[in-house]
Amino acid sequence: MRWIWIDRFVEFVPGKRAVAIKNVSLAEEHLHDHWEAFPIMPASLMIEGMAQTSGILVGQARNFKEKVILAKITKAELNDIVVPGDQITYESEIESIAPEAAATCGKVYKNGQLIGQIDLMFSHIDQNLAGVKFPKENFVFTGQFERLIAPFVESVNG
Amino acid sequence: MPMTEDEVFEKVKETLVDALGVDDDEVKPDATLTGDLGAESIDFLDIVFRLEKTFNIKIPRGELFPDNILNNPEFVKDGKLTPTGLAQLKERMAHADFTQFEKDPDISKMAELFKVQTIVNYVKTKVA
Repeated sequence: MRWIWIDRFVEFVPGKRAVAIKNVSLAEEHLHDHWEAFPIMPASLMIEGMAQTSGILVGQARNFKEKVILAKITKAELNDIVVPGDQITYESEIESIAPEAAATCGKVYKNGQLIGQIDLMFSHIDQNLAGVKFPKENFVFTGQFERLIAPFVESVNG
Repeated sequence: MPMTEDEVFEKVKETLVDALGVDDDEVKPDATLTGDLGAESIDFLDIVFRLEKTFNIKIPRGELFPDNILNNPEFVKDGKLTPTGLAQLKERMAHADFTQFEKDPDISKMAELFKVQTIVNYVKTKVA
């Protein structure tokens, strides 16, 4: 099982930008502990949601040939809480992309209203970490990640 | 009109404050990126991306922060740069000050070459 923190892409412009949504529900178990009396969506998981939105955007830009790993949370600012019933929108754009890494700039919306910014950096790990060998198959982009993007791109991993 | 050294320094400072989350007053010309400002490997790429945008320049891979030096046995022996390795590094990093480093070219001290001033010198060659 993989934790997928976005429900669906609503926009995907290869190599440029991607927009994904996440509906927050009280049926999600993590909200029962965070917090029982006052459930709110953890900020760390919103960063993960943005990382998935941006990471898939970055991966697709190199046709999923690179293993894309979150390397740096350059900036994360969230100015409002998100509670069950809210819809989060992650809007991400590629700022820079090079053979070894990429930088993305992202905005977070709650029910259509801007509530924060999350900027990230991703490493193409086969191009970095000299001497460290990783499995040949691309273990980053599999299963549900592929299916999320399927409506927007013709071939994945091909 | 070419930018003055002060103008370049101010923009480099802004870049490093944004990339490394450090305070303005920590970014001094002789501050080292890893030792004083806490930069890690991914930060070097972040800095390159930001400099390219800020100054509207292209920074080819390995030009500002040379690679492929330490993994070449001809250039490194017993943890120190060989005379050939040192010459090669000096040629590729004309923007760095080697005065201290060349007295004892121990590779563990190589990070000292990467100072704020090193970036300023490099950018000056690109925007001139």
